Amino acid sequence: MNQITITHILFVSTALFFIGMYGLFTRRNMITMLMSVELILNSVNINFVAFNKYLYPQNLDGIFFTIFIITIAAAEAAVAISIIINLYRSHQSIDVDDASEMKY
Amino acid sequence: MNEILILMKSEWVLLLIIIIFLFIKVGSTEWKNENLLYLANILLLINFILGFVLNTDGIIFDEMFKTNSLICLEKNILNLGTLLISLQSYHWLKNHKHVAEFYMLLLSTLLGMFFMISSNNLLMFYLGLELSTIPLAALANFDLHKRQSSEAAFKLIISSALSSGLLLFGISLLYGTSGTLNLSEISQHLNGSNLQLFAFILLLAGFAFKISAVPFHLWTADVYEGSPVAVTSYLSVISKGAVLFVFVSVLYTVFKSLGIAWQNMLILLSVLTMIIGNLFAIRQNNIKRLLAYSSIAQVGFILAGISGCSQLGTTSVIYFILIYVFSNLGAFGVVSIISSTTGKETISDYKGLYKSNPFLSWTITIALFSLAGIPPTAGFFGKFFLIMSAAQNGNYLFISIAALNMVISLYYYLILVKAIFMDKNEQAIEKIHVPILPKIAMLICTAGIIIVGLYGEIYEYIFKLSFGY
Repeated sequence: MNQITITHILFVSTALFFIGMYGLFTRRNMITMLMSVELILNSVNINFVAFNKYLYPQNLDGIFFTIFIITIAAAEAAVAISIIINLYRSHQSIDVDDASEMKY
Repeated sequence: MNEILILMKSEWVLLLIIIIFLFIKVGSTEWKNENLLYLANILLLINFILGFVLNTDGIIFDEMFKTNSLICLEKNILNLGTLLISLQSYHWLKNHKHVAEFYMLLLSTLLGMFFMISSNNLLMFYLGLELSTIPLAALANFDLHKRQSSEAAFKLIISSALSSGLLLFGISLLYGTSGTLNLSEISQHLNGSNLQLFAFILLLAGFAFKISAVPFHLWTADVYEGSPVAVTSYLSVISKGAVLFVFVSVLYTVFKSLGIAWQNMLILLSVLTMIIGNLFAIRQNNIKRLLAYSSIAQVGFILAGISGCSQLGTTSVIYFILIYVFSNLGAFGVVSIISSTTGKETISDYKGLYKSNPFLSWTITIALFSLAGIPPTAGFFGKFFLIMSAAQNGNYLFISIAALNMVISLYYYLILVKAIFMDKNEQAIEKIHVPILPKIAMLICTAGIIIVGLYGEIYEYIFKLSFGY
């Protein structure tokens, strides 16, 4: 009766996805924007693990995909943060509104 | 073992070149930039030539990696483009401190694209896609001391992270509904349920981000303007071309059963992309931004060709990308050499260029005519086949919009040509000495623009290889 079904988990992951999306569009700090992207990627991870556990437990495709996503997210964060450091050297700020020389 | 060596030979060769550069970088001998650049170009030439030998069909790694003659042809097109870009960037890299890193990053993105094109599995596809985008962001920041360069890099990495997030959410839903990651098995599990349509829309949005189709194009112009010109041309030709190759094959083979759903989406995207790309290109002042919006408009034409849903669609897209490599790199080659010697990048700086640099002027003019699609050049034939493919649906309103857009695009290309040939300028760009390697690249581009259009065998060859709908 009180079991956690796949719908509950999908609800959480979808909510996380849109929270990440909202954060990406409203936050002005570059590091926070990066954190929002991580939320999106983690919502995908939850999706994969849940689908694998509930619907297709006979093979482990989803779990493997999750491991790869985690690894690549780390690589992406490393490159993004090094770009942010370089940007901070020239702009003295990590606010996206200060990095808006090119428009339209 | 032997099979793995032969089927993945393009990847192995690229990997070898990357390792050679890694050893040069960590080794104790100091290489002069000129020698390093010559070595890089020779290695890339060997890589391009090796692309033509030992092409066999096959599927390896538990159906993760597939290759056939069409995929080899696509890889050859990308190899050719990378070689041309490497030749053109000679002048810019000659005084740069980090030549070896440049080639390592550039070739690892190319390696990612190869894996992406060859993928037969969504995991492999995702890995290839990320390998081809993450180093590109580092490349966009390669003018380390320019403010605009780091801004461009940040915009690129955030928008590509968002787009791969969208793509991944789509993939996860697709996995949930079909239970497999294998592309050929997924196509059997598609039943057109709402969840699958939603997953497909997310996938489409992710792809549209990468090829900068219109509602998702906002990063394009900024990134193109801020990055170094070599990276800009790489972004606009190679990375876009690779994603388009995958896009066509995914739409035509995997999502075939949802055809009615995506055909109208593509027509809508295509119309928006053409109109907005062209209208924004008109009001640009910076030549890199102009070429950025023009490349957005070209993607609109390519999407029109894809919406045809036939073998003609595949063929015309691959043929157009081959032409697009030559014409866009011809234009970017000239922009690159002028930007790296004088730092001038606006249209008004190009006034009176013909007086001092007739060779550069003719090269960029032929390239622009090809981009606009004026008959003797290859661009005309490319656009002709794309529109012919789109016309198969009998949607004549759509074809008329595409034809009208070709007229609009002619306007801004001709403004640039007029500035080069007719306008007078007190501070015209002085005579530029073009080094031998960029000159070779420009001559190849010009020759390609003329030959590919007139020599019909090339089109027939692609048609013979390509897959139908």
